[in-house]
Amino acid sequence: MLNHLRALDLTDDRGFLCGKILADLGVNVIKIEKPGGDASRQIGGFWGCAANPERSLYWFAYNSNKKGITLDITQPKGQEIFKKLVTTTDFVIESFPPSYLDKLGIGYKDFSQHKKLIWASITPFGAEGPYRDFRDSDLVIMGMSGTLYQTGESDGPPVHISVPQACLHAGADAAVGCMVAYYHRENTGEGQHVDVSMQQSAAWFQANAVPTYEMNGTIIKRAGSFRAGTSSQVAQRQVWQCKDGYVFFNVIGGRTGAKTLSALVEWMNEEKLATDFLLNMDWETFDMFTVNEATMNSISVPVGDFFLKHTRKELLQGAVPRGVSIGPLSSMQDLIEDECLKERDYWTEVEHPELNTSITYPRTFIRATEMDCDIKFRAPLIGEHNDEIYKDLGLTAENLQALKKEEII
Amino acid sequence: MEKRDGVFSGLKILSYSWAVVGPLTMKFFADHGATVIRIESSIRPCTMRSSAPYKDNQPGLNRGGYFTYYNGNILSFTINMNHPKAKDISRRLVEWCDVFMENYTPGVMERWGLDYENLKKIKPDIIMLRQSGYGSSGPYKNLPAFGMVLGPIAGMPNFIGWPGKEPLPVGVSAYTDCISPRFATAALIAALDHRKRTGKGQLLDLSQFETAISFILPGLLDYVATGQEPERIGNSSPYAAPHAVFRCKGDDRWCTIVVNTEQEWCDFCSEIGQPGLVSDPWFDTLEHRKQNEDALNIIIADWTVRLTPEEVMTRLQSAGIAAGVVENAKDNLDDPQLKTRNIYWPMQHPEMGNFTHLGQSFQLSKTPAKAYSPAPLLGEHTEAICTELLGMSDEEFVGLMQEGVFE
Repeated sequence: MLNHLRALDLTDDRGFLCGKILADLGVNVIKIEKPGGDASRQIGGFWGCAANPERSLYWFAYNSNKKGITLDITQPKGQEIFKKLVTTTDFVIESFPPSYLDKLGIGYKDFSQHKKLIWASITPFGAEGPYRDFRDSDLVIMGMSGTLYQTGESDGPPVHISVPQACLHAGADAAVGCMVAYYHRENTGEGQHVDVSMQQSAAWFQANAVPTYEMNGTIIKRAGSFRAGTSSQVAQRQVWQCKDGYVFFNVIGGRTGAKTLSALVEWMNEEKLATDFLLNMDWETFDMFTVNEATMNSISVPVGDFFLKHTRKELLQGAVPRGVSIGPLSSMQDLIEDECLKERDYWTEVEHPELNTSITYPRTFIRATEMDCDIKFRAPLIGEHNDEIYKDLGLTAENLQALKKEEII
Repeated sequence: MEKRDGVFSGLKILSYSWAVVGPLTMKFFADHGATVIRIESSIRPCTMRSSAPYKDNQPGLNRGGYFTYYNGNILSFTINMNHPKAKDISRRLVEWCDVFMENYTPGVMERWGLDYENLKKIKPDIIMLRQSGYGSSGPYKNLPAFGMVLGPIAGMPNFIGWPGKEPLPVGVSAYTDCISPRFATAALIAALDHRKRTGKGQLLDLSQFETAISFILPGLLDYVATGQEPERIGNSSPYAAPHAVFRCKGDDRWCTIVVNTEQEWCDFCSEIGQPGLVSDPWFDTLEHRKQNEDALNIIIADWTVRLTPEEVMTRLQSAGIAAGVVENAKDNLDDPQLKTRNIYWPMQHPEMGNFTHLGQSFQLSKTPAKAYSPAPLLGEHTEAICTELLGMSDEEFVGLMQEGVFE
């Protein structure tokens, strides 16, 4: 565990996940917000529905296991305190616009005497480069990453994933960057700057879009509920209707798909729904790159009928013992009730005493035999740990009172 | 074999990897200098090696673009795990390594005697990293998984699509494949640190299903709080309008535009030559713009369709408005910002020629990730690993090879 380490987390919603991953791994993460609370606390939905900065579910989601203090780093007195805090920390994580902190005199370069410091900056496009000062939004960044272009109906505009994603790719990358830098520091004593671009993090994984363009000049386009980039002749359905929703399934030939396809046909046969065509098919040699439309129809019509006769739950429960790789689309309720997640104790209740309740959260992202990465406590209230953290720093109750009055904390 | 420089110089990783999750995890280490041996077999090559596109459209295990793109800096070792002599060689490889990683369906490592209990017997302080679809415990553990079904099982398509229409997959196939490797890498480095401090290795078990849920967690908590299932909202946002994708000049060219504040709305209206919209009762406040969003988007589309997405981006960004090109793969490669970011690594590959390999996703100021070597040919490093790292004599190696152990 990394309990011997401290991180100051000054990110807004562009970078929450970085500190969250470090906190889960044991780092003592202190979220620093401006007095009154971070603007991202205004992101809905809210516990109890009405907007309330202490009840933002978005804030809850990615700030558990962190402590929280308030500090106005735009004020000279706040900057002095920030400088003191930096001397106590191993990591600083921030998502201000490039050079913003430099202009305040509290950027990475201003702490060059703190040789061991690791400093992660999460910015929309990176710390340098022609787009560094561009304005951003998740929609804009996902557009510039390549993901948006490939998502949506083939005859309509690209469609966005409505839960912001670029901040998650970037936040997770920043956590990796911090850890790589930490490994280096433990060997050499030398800290460094981790420069994370949300655009780059989101662009990093584009499946085979880049090599396909480089090799064939072919741009992989949107294919809606079908699958792009396989057969040039026949569209292959990916989203199918079932009795109470949708199931995602790809007809894949060769060794990769043969196991699932033969198991599925056997399952259909148990229910007298397999056609002779399906029963006589050799899935090992079936090639989805050269398949013609008639063959594809002979597969997809009976398979589609089979799905329509079953609910999502029946499909998942039937798929598991038979080893059929299909994806019934889980509702949020399905996830909460999912048997696999339950058996792995994925969900846990976390106390929110001031709300007089507990809320269901994922317990951990990993099962580690020597590290306890469980969620320990909910996201901090505004300034919740001011007394504890600032007293450790040597500030007295009177100091804190005065700072509060001046709206520094 | 040359020892590499970099943060992980000297770190030895043995990897039984499949498809994308394994390679992306290896990459974080290999790109920073670790020696990463990927175990393969010509009897059952990775599905990526037999995936199109192929160089000159000629299929071949060393000619696949998908595999090559993701496997730079890796060493390839081929072995027939069902050969009676494979067990001894895999034991020697385990003795050699610091970290053992795998992302097969649970049961495969157990069958080969490479589960954590057995690995520990060979090397007591080994760190084992497992990343299967559903985790190595629980009722789905033996269910084969891949990204195209994990996204839906984790609920992602509920957040993609138009109101009243069917849910859509993330178009980037196997999107969830890039999620787990990041969590796994951060945890693995913590485990290496833990071993250094305590002498103890450990087992790390991740489920791609579970890590994927962390990418829709706000929607899940919304359900927990309100009982409301997510609704598909296209490209709109409750907090901004305009907030959409617009058609531009050219074939399948699009731009994004997001206006967040009233000041931005003013500036936007001036920039598109419609200053009157600011006080138009249909559009004067966010509330009104949300109410009349379809009409608003039609007016804006009439402006964007005359311009290229690059022109829209340049003009609006100059006015302080968030707007961008909806980039395709060609745009990614040509993107002047991404060009400054070390994300694409052209390397000379024996069969592919000069070929773009994927680089890194973030930048370190003092220890940059590096392109050391192109993706390996199948089994390219088997001999060197046997003779140089495992200390086999040439005779022993040739003998085993003739027996078919290294297929």
